[in-house]
Amino acid sequence: MTDLTRHTAAELAAQLADGSTTSVAVTQAHLDRIAAVDGTIHAFLHVNPQLSLDAAAASDTRRAAGKPLSDLDGVPLAIKDVLVTTDMPSTSGSKILEGWMSPYDATVVTRAREAGLVPLGKTNMDEFAMGSSTEHSAYGPTRNPWDTDRIPGGSGGGSAAAVAAFEAPFALGSDTGGSIRQPAHITGTVGMKPTYGSVSRYGAIALASSLDQVGPCSRTVLDAALLHDVIGGYDRHDSTSLKDAWPSFAEAARKGAQPGSLKGLKVGVVSQYSGDAFQAGVMTRFRESLDLLAAAGAEIVDVSLPSVEHAVAAYYLILPAEASSNLAKFDSVRFGMRATIVGGGTVEQVMSATREAGFGPEVKRRIILGTYALSAGYYDAYYGSAQKVRTLIQRDFDQAFASVDVLATPTAPTTAWKLGEKLDDPLAMYAQDIATIPANLAGIPGISIPSGIAPEDGLPVGIQFLAPARHDAKLYSVAAGLESLLHAQWGGPLTSQAPDFDTAVPTQSTRGGA
Amino acid sequence: MSDISEDRVRHLAGLARIDLTNDEVTHLTAELSKIVDVVATVSAVASDDVPATSHPIPLTNVYREDVVTDDVLTTEQALAGAPEHDGQRFKVSAILGEEQ
Repeated sequence: MTDLTRHTAAELAAQLADGSTTSVAVTQAHLDRIAAVDGTIHAFLHVNPQLSLDAAAASDTRRAAGKPLSDLDGVPLAIKDVLVTTDMPSTSGSKILEGWMSPYDATVVTRAREAGLVPLGKTNMDEFAMGSSTEHSAYGPTRNPWDTDRIPGGSGGGSAAAVAAFEAPFALGSDTGGSIRQPAHITGTVGMKPTYGSVSRYGAIALASSLDQVGPCSRTVLDAALLHDVIGGYDRHDSTSLKDAWPSFAEAARKGAQPGSLKGLKVGVVSQYSGDAFQAGVMTRFRESLDLLAAAGAEIVDVSLPSVEHAVAAYYLILPAEASSNLAKFDSVRFGMRATIVGGGTVEQVMSATREAGFGPEVKRRIILGTYALSAGYYDAYYGSAQKVRTLIQRDFDQAFASVDVLATPTAPTTAWKLGEKLDDPLAMYAQDIATIPANLAGIPGISIPSGIAPEDGLPVGIQFLAPARHDAKLYSVAAGLESLLHAQWGGPLTSQAPDFDTAVPTQSTRGGA
Repeated sequence: MSDISEDRVRHLAGLARIDLTNDEVTHLTAELSKIVDVVATVSAVASDDVPATSHPIPLTNVYREDVVTDDVLTTEQALAGAPEHDGQRFKVSAILGEEQ
C-alpha cells in the first residue's frame, strides 16, 4: 500500500472521489505521521486526533451519500495558530493566550470546514507572527525537516515544516512581511501571499493590519491554488475585504502547467536583489530558473525598483507601530492570561505585570519600538516617512508592471540557518525579509516555489514571483509553468528529495496550548 | 545617532503597560538604539510632495446596515475566555490605587 502522506491534496481528492481511499484512512495516515515525527519537528502546537477522525468520518458519510461538500471534502489541513478556532486552542505562539479557546472561527477556517476539509491541528509560529525563524514561539522552535539543527523559517515555520515533513498535504498561513513565502523557500515548499484584502483576515489574530494577509502553504502550486479557491473572496466581517469576483486559481494553475503557457511572458528581474547579501547557491538556482523560463519562450528583462532599498526600514516602523496598537488588547481583562501580584494591585499594575510575564522578548522589543515611532514629536519623522516610502515602493511597482507581466526575485537571501544563530541579532533576522517585505507594503500578491537545492549546503532554495494587485491568477499560472519544468527535471516535487531525518532528536520544550 | 536612553525605554514601557526588569531595560536600550539608527533612515528618503500611504488598497465608506445580526457573541461567549467574570461583566482588581 502506498503511503497516503506522500500524495498531494489534488491526488488525495481524486482518490477520495473514485473511492480508492477514505478520509478516515487519509486522516489516520497523517495523524500517524505526526505521531511519528512531530516529537522531532514540533510543527504542531495542538493536535486532537479524535476531533480530526470525527470530521473525517463525517466526510466519508457525505461521500457515501453522494453529497461531498467540495472536491476537497475529506482532505486534511493544518492551521496556523494565528487563526482562531472554536474546537482547538488558539495561542498565536504566545504564552499570554495559552489554552485560550475562541468563541468563533476565523472566516478562512469556516470556509475550510464548509468545504469539508479535515483540520489536523494548529501549527507553531513565532509569537504573534513576529520573526523569521519560529524560534520566537513561546512553545519552543520548530525544526527544519531538511536538517533538524536548522530553522524552518518564520513566522509560519510550523505550517511549512508540517507540509515539508508530510504531516499535512497543505496548510493555512499568514504573511505580514514574508511569513508564508520565506518558510516556503527555507523548507522547499510552496507559499502564496494573496493580494491584500482578497482573503479574509477576520479571526486572524492581528499583527499589522495594513500588511497582514492569510494564504496557503503546500508542496505543489496546484494544491496552493485549490486551497486559495476555498478560502478566498469577500467577507463582510473584514472591512478591508475586496468585493472582486476572483477566477479559479486551480484552473489558472492547471492551464499554467500546460506546455507553451510561458511563451511570450515578460519577466522582470529585480536588479536590487543580487550581490553580496545573497548566498551563491540561492543565486545559482535563481538564474537556472530564469534560464528555464527563457527556454520556454519567456522574455527576461532587467528591472530596477530603487525604493525597495528602504523597504526593510519602513517596514520595521509600520509593523511595530501597528502591532503596538493591535496588541494593546492583551490587557488581562477580556481574554488570556492574568498575572497575580501580591496585595492585588490596581488593574493597571496587573495589566503591566501580565504583559511582562506573557510577552516574549521579540514582542516586547517591537511594542516598545512601535510606541516610540508613534510618540509625539517622532510620528512625522518615523511613521509618516515610512508611509511615504510605501508610496514610493508602490510607484516603483506600478512602473515596473507597465512593462512586464511578473517580477522575479530570490525569495530570501540565504538558505536555512542554524537554530540560535541569529537570535541575538534582531537586525540580521530582519534583513532576511528584504525581498518579501515590498509585496506587503504595496499590497501585491507574491508566491514562492522551490527552485532547487543550494550546492554548497544541500538546502532548498525558492524563487519568488510578484504580480500587480488582483493578478493572483497570473502568479499561479507562471509558478505552475516553471514548476512543471522543474518537476520534469527532478521527477516530482522537491520535497521528495528531502533526506530522512533522525526522529530520535527530542524537542527542546514541551507542547503548549494542548 | 538615536536618542534611545534607559529612561526613555522605561517611559515607553510604561506607556505600553509592560513592566520591564532592569536587565531587560539595559538590553532593550542597546538593541533599540541600533534598530532606530537603521529605521530612522526613512526620514531622509521621502520629500514633502510624496503623499503617505496608510493602506495598500484603499477602500472608502465601508459601511453596513445598522442592525444587529445573528452572528454577535452572547454574553456567555464573550466572557468565556476572561480570567475573571461575574456572569454578566468582566471582573478586574481595583481601578484606583491608594495614592489616588
